[in-house]
Amino acid sequence: MIKSPLLPDGDQNTVSIATKPRADQSLDQDWAALMIAIRDRQDTQAFAALFAHFAPRVKAFLLKSGANETLAEDCAQDVMTTVWRKSHLFDPARATVATWIFTIARNRKIDLLRKERRPEPEELPWGPEPEPDASDVIALEQDSKKLQSALIQLPEKQRILIERCYFGDLSHSEIASETGLPLGTIKSRIRLALERLRREMDADKE
Amino acid sequence: MAQIKHHLTDELIMAYSAGLLPEAFSLVVATHVSMCDACRAALEAHDAVGGAVLEDAGEVALAPEALANCLAAIEQLPPKGPIAFDRSELPLKNDPVLPEPLLDYVDGGIEAVNWRPVGLGVKQAILPTSKEASVRLLYIPAGAEVPDHGHHGTELTLVLQGAFRDEFDRFGPGDVEIADPNVEHTPVAEEGEPCICLAATDAPLKFRKFLPKIAQPFLRI
Repeated sequence: MIKSPLLPDGDQNTVSIATKPRADQSLDQDWAALMIAIRDRQDTQAFAALFAHFAPRVKAFLLKSGANETLAEDCAQDVMTTVWRKSHLFDPARATVATWIFTIARNRKIDLLRKERRPEPEELPWGPEPEPDASDVIALEQDSKKLQSALIQLPEKQRILIERCYFGDLSHSEIASETGLPLGTIKSRIRLALERLRREMDADKE
Repeated sequence: MAQIKHHLTDELIMAYSAGLLPEAFSLVVATHVSMCDACRAALEAHDAVGGAVLEDAGEVALAPEALANCLAAIEQLPPKGPIAFDRSELPLKNDPVLPEPLLDYVDGGIEAVNWRPVGLGVKQAILPTSKEASVRLLYIPAGAEVPDHGHHGTELTLVLQGAFRDEFDRFGPGDVEIADPNVEHTPVAEEGEPCICLAATDAPLKFRKFLPKIAQPFLRI
């Protein structure tokens, strides 16, 4: 997948992936700020920090989705490179970094595993200004944390069903609409962010 | 943005978010979401479930050189400006009828659609997707009836222009009708402008009035 030459030895191992403890310090890490550092300043340190946390998760996600070791490794690297390449499209008022990386991994998975095109909705990129309100970003992150704890706390059978669904291990006719997850507040927050975006886009046209 | 009354179901949105839908259905979902912010919000909320699943998927270490590989690949990318993005520089792919996802499937936009007649002024163009399901554009002259048809599987019909009515309701631009298997319905285009729809099925459509059964595989309806 990625055939670029390796960096000189000295530049390797800036981040030790294998030894990173599986700590939930991740919950307090400001991933969105790292994404914005990548977007605005091409910050490779920020990228290395995101990589250390998300790349092993993306690889695990791909393996659980049926990819073999080689494909999962190549695809995970490719997903992380795409995170950099598409950083200008990341909107922290509508998605957390985990959510956004999930969508990139899912699309690459459909490309590579199913060998199918993935029709995507028209992008609604936000201009450089104004930045989304910091409190909106924090609120979305808090709701996403609640969603994640809700997922962990679901009865096992139900949780496994949802995970299998996102690992692509169900048919679409097996999906239940009632997930038991608190999606209502996230939906309304994203809706508000979209309304604001539409107003800005209309203002741009004038 | 049109006043949309008929939306996608949560099941469809979740299946699309998880990447479980056949390409033909994904195209209808992506096109509707491009027209409907309510369903876009619902989709992005379901993507958040995917984000939570990713966080909990566990960790599998990458090859030792993986980060260096990525940084090298990034190095090859064209440099970005300090703020990489300006909306006014977007290549606006504006088509008067076809939302952006469809422009990847119809080269040259609505004027370039390769319509084939299916009877009584109704025309269709089958779009190239994977074979599990099929999707077509339908052109129904104002006031005309789409040949009565039933279908084995689920049928999704999204209105792109004009409107139609059937036994159940009225469907205008952006509205999506989700028809169960075995439903027979007779959509009639409203007077005014021709009705253009995007319709996906996971089984061949059966037109009853006009075509003998044997013609169906031949016409790929």
